[in-house]
Amino acid sequence: MDDQDHGSEILGRGAREGGRLFREWFSRLSAAPERGEKTAYVFVMGSLAELLRTFDFHLSFPEINSLQTAVRRVALDYLNLAEDYGYSPDICGYVKADVGMQLRRGEHPMGRIPKPALAVLTNACNTYIKWAEIWERMHGMPTFTLDIPGPRGADRYSQPGDPEFESDRKYVEYQLRELISLCEQVSGKKFDIDRLRETLAHANRMGAAYQRVLDLNRNAPAPFNALSDGTIYLGVANALRGHPDGARYFEELAEEMTYKAAHRIGTLTEEQYRLIFVGVPCYPIFRKFSELFTTRGGVFVTSQYLQFAGGSLDAGFEYDLRRPIESLAEGVLFCQRRSMYGMFFGERELVEMVKTYRADGIVFHAIKSCRTVSTGLADKRRALTERGDMMSLFIESDLVDQRVVSEAQMKNRIDAFFEGLSSRRLRAGGGAT
Amino acid sequence: MAYAAGVDVGSTQTKAVVVDENGAIIGKAVIDTGANVVSAAEKAFLLALQAGGVLEEQVGYIVGTGYGRYRVTFGDSQVTEISCHARGAARMFPGSRTVLDMGGQDTKAIRVKPNGEVTDFCMNDKCAAGTGRFLEAAAFALSIPLGDLGDIALHADKPVSISTTCTVFAESEVLSWLGKGKKVEDILMGVHRSIASRSIGLLRRVGIVEQVTFTGGVTRNPAMVEVLNQALGLQMNVGEQAHFMGALGAALFALDHIADSRRPLGAKEA
Repeated sequence: MDDQDHGSEILGRGAREGGRLFREWFSRLSAAPERGEKTAYVFVMGSLAELLRTFDFHLSFPEINSLQTAVRRVALDYLNLAEDYGYSPDICGYVKADVGMQLRRGEHPMGRIPKPALAVLTNACNTYIKWAEIWERMHGMPTFTLDIPGPRGADRYSQPGDPEFESDRKYVEYQLRELISLCEQVSGKKFDIDRLRETLAHANRMGAAYQRVLDLNRNAPAPFNALSDGTIYLGVANALRGHPDGARYFEELAEEMTYKAAHRIGTLTEEQYRLIFVGVPCYPIFRKFSELFTTRGGVFVTSQYLQFAGGSLDAGFEYDLRRPIESLAEGVLFCQRRSMYGMFFGERELVEMVKTYRADGIVFHAIKSCRTVSTGLADKRRALTERGDMMSLFIESDLVDQRVVSEAQMKNRIDAFFEGLSSRRLRAGGGAT
Repeated sequence: MAYAAGVDVGSTQTKAVVVDENGAIIGKAVIDTGANVVSAAEKAFLLALQAGGVLEEQVGYIVGTGYGRYRVTFGDSQVTEISCHARGAARMFPGSRTVLDMGGQDTKAIRVKPNGEVTDFCMNDKCAAGTGRFLEAAAFALSIPLGDLGDIALHADKPVSISTTCTVFAESEVLSWLGKGKKVEDILMGVHRSIASRSIGLLRRVGIVEQVTFTGGVTRNPAMVEVLNQALGLQMNVGEQAHFMGALGAALFALDHIADSRRPLGAKEA
């Protein structure tokens, strides 16, 4: 096969296959009750998919379910149901969309979400804990909260090998062993450590390929858009973590992106500005939001969302298959801590990202109904501004609630941001854009 | 001589400015925007031409700005009011480093470089609290002409505290203070302080660096100028053209286009 044929075969494959895999995964999830199979509710940060798969649990991600209601423009129906039930408009939109869905007995625009047999969560987000309590009240099933010790402070970020990290790892490992017992009870299946080795190996392959894909966007023009394309990748990364199909998908995606980078095929025909996205996407106008940037030649080359919402798959952590449970504890601790740390003290990481991705500007998107993600953004932006002459834009809307999304106001701010970028480039002698 | 023009279509009023090749204002006009935005833009532009004694064909380039900038159908391009207010303010007050623009439904805090380039900005979000609309709601509730609010408020001796940040609820809060027997001037001063407080919050987000220049329609309200000066502990620049700063900035951007078109190809900006 010559290079041209190879190109025509693989270009666009990531988007097509990503959509297909995601839909198939969702269909299997919807059909689980008919087949008498059990579902565990988990979150994108610390899903423990690698472990839960060994007990044959289907995984349901409430954050993904909720954002899909927004993308499919029915979120308001669910939000209204939850608010009529008594939830305040200020509460996390993801939670309310999910509550609305639970009140509708799992009815979802992509299919029916099964009731949970178990919920597994971490303390990555304080809302996770209250959210799981809601399910516990509604469905009476067990929940398991994994308590992950955070960094002791901004400059006390322990790494594998440090005594403090090792102590925390043991604490997490002890909890994982408790979780394994609970999974055995709920699933009625005996824990099989060799199956865990297999899922960890798939996760290792996926992580390595995911990292390669993200790194390939350091090329100019960027082969993919970290916001629009990246969200497809995230769907597969979460749904199929620890699964061979997921590992294969990212290896093929890396192949496609390598080809695009080698042939200078960008996601935009004319890449004018390379941008970094910080926050969570505006799902109620997901496509339009992206277009507000791409029509001005702006491409998101990377995002912190691809890190924390991917459970830090990009971190380069590799499970040690000789000691699976210990290594899983180490991975969960390392990855979740990194995700959370990036939200609040991420400016150092952002400065590095600006350099390695040769970014022209940073877009901070704060979420009205999410304190966890939004709280640190203003500080992070301020800290970044003090470090250098980087153009940034701060906009605020919501992840699912269209009532607080004002497209006209958003466009005004985005246009002004691009005017600033253009003016800088002119001043630097880079020509008008 | 080639002239340039800027048309600022705001939510309440539409402003137009015509400048000569040195950027000096030759003609200007302001009218209520009303429901027909396209017509308001045309009318303001024609009135500005008339005021300056300039013929339409003498205008080489027109930039539309404001929320209705894409409705300036005769315009050559569009620039956001954020960039335009910054550019206008830097022209009128070269020492401007921070600009506060308070309009009918938007308030913007903008940090600028000496050349008028925007380095940072912040606006009120999807809510009219802290904007001119808040004053309109109070004027309506008290049945006082909008233009008289500032002068009346300056007579306050015991201003009330308006706690709500919602423009709709402000009306009922104003009425509740009236019901408690508070004087109109004290209530109005409370309204002004409430708006000022929100605006200063926006300014703090971008950082308050002197000189601060106040632009937009609300600059014509003397009580708002005084309250902001007191709260900031400085004297803001408030020029006679403050209301036209967005249109002036747009006209200056239009002038750039005329200059660029005359510059030999490949020449870089100084």
